Amino acid sequence: MPQSSAARSERRAERSLGALSSLVLVLITAMCLFVLLKAWPSFSHNGPMWFGWGGNVDDQLAAIFNSPANPAKWDYTIRTWPILYATALLTIVSVAIGIVVSTLAAVFIVEFAPPSVKRVVSPVVRLLAAVPSVIYGLIGILVLVPFVGNHLIGDGRKNSVTFVVQLSGASLGVAVVILTLMITPIMIAIIADALRAVPNGWKEGALALGANRWRVMWTVVVRSARPAIIAAAVIAAARAIGEGIMLAMVSGSVGFAPNPLDGITFVFEPLRPYAATIVDNAEGLSVKPFGQTIYAMAAVLLFASLMLSLGGTLAKRPLRKYGVRL
Amino acid sequence: MNSPTPLPPIKRIDPSRAPKVVDPRHDTLGAADAIAAAVAPGSSNRVERMRIDDLSIAYGTKPAVRNVTLPVREGEVLALIGPSGCGKTTLLRSLNRLTELTDTAVATGSITLNGDDIHALEATDLRRRVSMVFQQPNPFPMSIFDNVAYAIREQAARRPSKSALAPLVREALEDAGLWDEVGDNLDHPALRLSGGQQQRLCIARALASKPEVLLMDEPCSALDPKSTEIIEELITRLREKVAIVIVTHNLQQAHRVGDNVAFMYLGELVEYGTVEQVFNAPRAERTQNYVGGVFG
Amino acid sequence: MSTSTQPKVVHRRGKDTVKSWPLPDRIAYFSCWAVGIGLCLVAAGLILFMLNKGLQYVSLDLIFSNPAVGSDQSQTGGFLAPLLGTVILTLVGTIIAIPLGVATAIWIVEYGRPTRLARAVESGIEVVAGTPSIVLGIFGLLLFSNGIFSFMSFRALGGAVAGRSFLTAGAMMSLIALPLIFTSTREALQQVPAQVREASYALGKTKWSTIRKVLIPTARPGILTGTALGMGRIAGDTAIVVILLGATMQIEKVGSAPIVSTLRGTGSTLTSYVYNNSPAGEGNAPQKAYAAAFVLLLLVLALNFGIDILSRRSKKEIV
Repeated sequence: MPQSSAARSERRAERSLGALSSLVLVLITAMCLFVLLKAWPSFSHNGPMWFGWGGNVDDQLAAIFNSPANPAKWDYTIRTWPILYATALLTIVSVAIGIVVSTLAAVFIVEFAPPSVKRVVSPVVRLLAAVPSVIYGLIGILVLVPFVGNHLIGDGRKNSVTFVVQLSGASLGVAVVILTLMITPIMIAIIADALRAVPNGWKEGALALGANRWRVMWTVVVRSARPAIIAAAVIAAARAIGEGIMLAMVSGSVGFAPNPLDGITFVFEPLRPYAATIVDNAEGLSVKPFGQTIYAMAAVLLFASLMLSLGGTLAKRPLRKYGVRL
Repeated sequence: MNSPTPLPPIKRIDPSRAPKVVDPRHDTLGAADAIAAAVAPGSSNRVERMRIDDLSIAYGTKPAVRNVTLPVREGEVLALIGPSGCGKTTLLRSLNRLTELTDTAVATGSITLNGDDIHALEATDLRRRVSMVFQQPNPFPMSIFDNVAYAIREQAARRPSKSALAPLVREALEDAGLWDEVGDNLDHPALRLSGGQQQRLCIARALASKPEVLLMDEPCSALDPKSTEIIEELITRLREKVAIVIVTHNLQQAHRVGDNVAFMYLGELVEYGTVEQVFNAPRAERTQNYVGGVFG
Repeated sequence: MSTSTQPKVVHRRGKDTVKSWPLPDRIAYFSCWAVGIGLCLVAAGLILFMLNKGLQYVSLDLIFSNPAVGSDQSQTGGFLAPLLGTVILTLVGTIIAIPLGVATAIWIVEYGRPTRLARAVESGIEVVAGTPSIVLGIFGLLLFSNGIFSFMSFRALGGAVAGRSFLTAGAMMSLIALPLIFTSTREALQQVPAQVREASYALGKTKWSTIRKVLIPTARPGILTGTALGMGRIAGDTAIVVILLGATMQIEKVGSAPIVSTLRGTGSTLTSYVYNNSPAGEGNAPQKAYAAAFVLLLLVLALNFGIDILSRRSKKEIV
């Protein structure tokens, strides 16, 4: 083969690979544009009040679904506060619990577990990460929800809120427990990797200064793995925000905002985040104003996950000046 | 596969590194008694901080240190010399029980600190009193202040305030000769310092807990000549405050900083004496061969 | 050796007891143990529960019969169609994702120019990994309902493009597997020592042929691991199926061309079958749901752990 033709085919290879790789950027741009355009009427009709409160969000969704055929009379009015609140509440609570649990678990796996226990725990974490969300949802709806509904919520508690909401067992508490269980394994994997990558010299140095093994882990190893903990939290938050199927099964699927002032009852109140709302209403996507409303929720999810990716990158930055491994 | 039994690999020894030893078990000069007398208690009028008595350490079945007896005295720098793999680092790490981090390590014999068996002490307590500086500078990824304050904070029952720590941190940094360079930038990240500064920071960090003995494992081997010189001066100054045990493969360094020198070979203590004696009039033939090439 | 005297005292370990630690440290230490043991118990409970339900309800009948309409769990048939649906959808998704993921990884590691574009692509893949599958699903529906994509699905009665088919769902599923395949391929490529590349160039090979003949074969275990993980994720995803596959009871073919008709048609998978047969769906047949969930769990775990066993065996063969 002549030299120039070889060089040309080299260049062609690089170009085609680059083009193929850039497809992902095209796709993300298309996704943002398509979803936002579709969602726009819902946002523009409601303005900032789209996120506000007022009225029953489920009734509003039903009214939108039953809009008259005439496009001029389409109903768009919606106040999604309970759904926004549910999404944020579920994500924040389960990620907060997840950070604590997964950091402890990662320290256990990396430092304290004897080799024989380690050989069991590591595949266990992978197994928990691999279980499909629909199976978690199934166990939740067939085992946990009835248990909570029949044994943990007394009649007195049910009656106390009977005019506001029905307590069936499908609740914030069950949703948080399962959601935490679903996101923890991913966090453990990321954090444990980072703990293992901490230079041995730091560990030895701290031990040689008289710190005990827990203090060495906590003050030096976990500390220098903070960026990984943030990264893990961000990835976990993205999963928690987007988890629709499992939450559609166990959260009660009621557009209700659980009230912390209700005391313990708060934990047993049902709710429904954006992702589960989309799953529940997938059938109605072809109904114009209704579909646009649902796409608006998808746009919110898309925006949130974009922000999480960005936030994760930014959060790591200040730690870099201390020479923390990223 | 029917391959013939492989021949054992041929070991090539770098002639410049290997001492000219005729037979490691062979002691033609009859120095054993003299050395035994030198390491015996009461051979010096200085206070003995640590005593290593008939210590043997093995990793699994592989012996690393054999039947070593050595005193560590206050106000003196003890330099451990010997070729690579002679067990000097293992010996050093056993003094604050860092050898226990290796699961297979087994130790016999005894080590005492001020007369107490170190194995009866809590490891954390021992390591505060017998502090250590490593071959590679290993400052933590924190500010300079937090690095130096680390041991004090770990020692304290309640979290000491920054203002209470400040004088202690300053003192440690002054002792390590680093205060003039970093005193204004205590909140800067420690990993931004140069290699030599990092190592002096590690010394300051080790001194901050006011240890009785300071262990140094080839502290200059990762540094440039200028930083090495600074640290050697520092060691010479520090000996008044703390007993120092330094491992080095650099004989000139041992000569410059050491008061007493112990020469180890194949895990055994071959020679022990004052620096003049070991370098000018070694008693054992292997020592003669080892140090002879350097100062001859 | 021969001269060493008998040891007087043997210290295998000195005193370094958790008991002596300050209380907060001890609490932390035991919390670590509690969390570790707790995770094992949860996993054991989950597996034993699913095993119990699975052995109770799974039968060959169920696996080899198609779903049917019925008012009672005894009449609604089995889940052959969903099982096939899972297999088809996983294959479609993987077949799309492998070339994309591998090509992107090669481009990033071996070329990576212009640097800004390469960095953007890497963050792009992170963004895709963080995008909820439900969003991917309804974006897919929007995208593939366009006229130009009618070849991928079919036109409904009114003439509108449905956008729902194995092809469209598979295309979106590939985005779930893409980050996994990309990451493990990239890591495998980064671990190839520079000498290997230099040796190949020294033999007069071009970069492209080095990639094809040397790097891809070397990175194959990494590609396989990523693929297996990606397949596990596709098989386990429900949201995209519910939205993009139509979740019809049977595999509904479109047209008469042998394979294409299936690919353009709709169907269901084990995940959507479980969902629809749970109290959350319309079926409300918990026994069927448990049985299908058990089969699904076996499939997903086989994809996740099978690759380990395979690679361990191949290592043994080398030794």
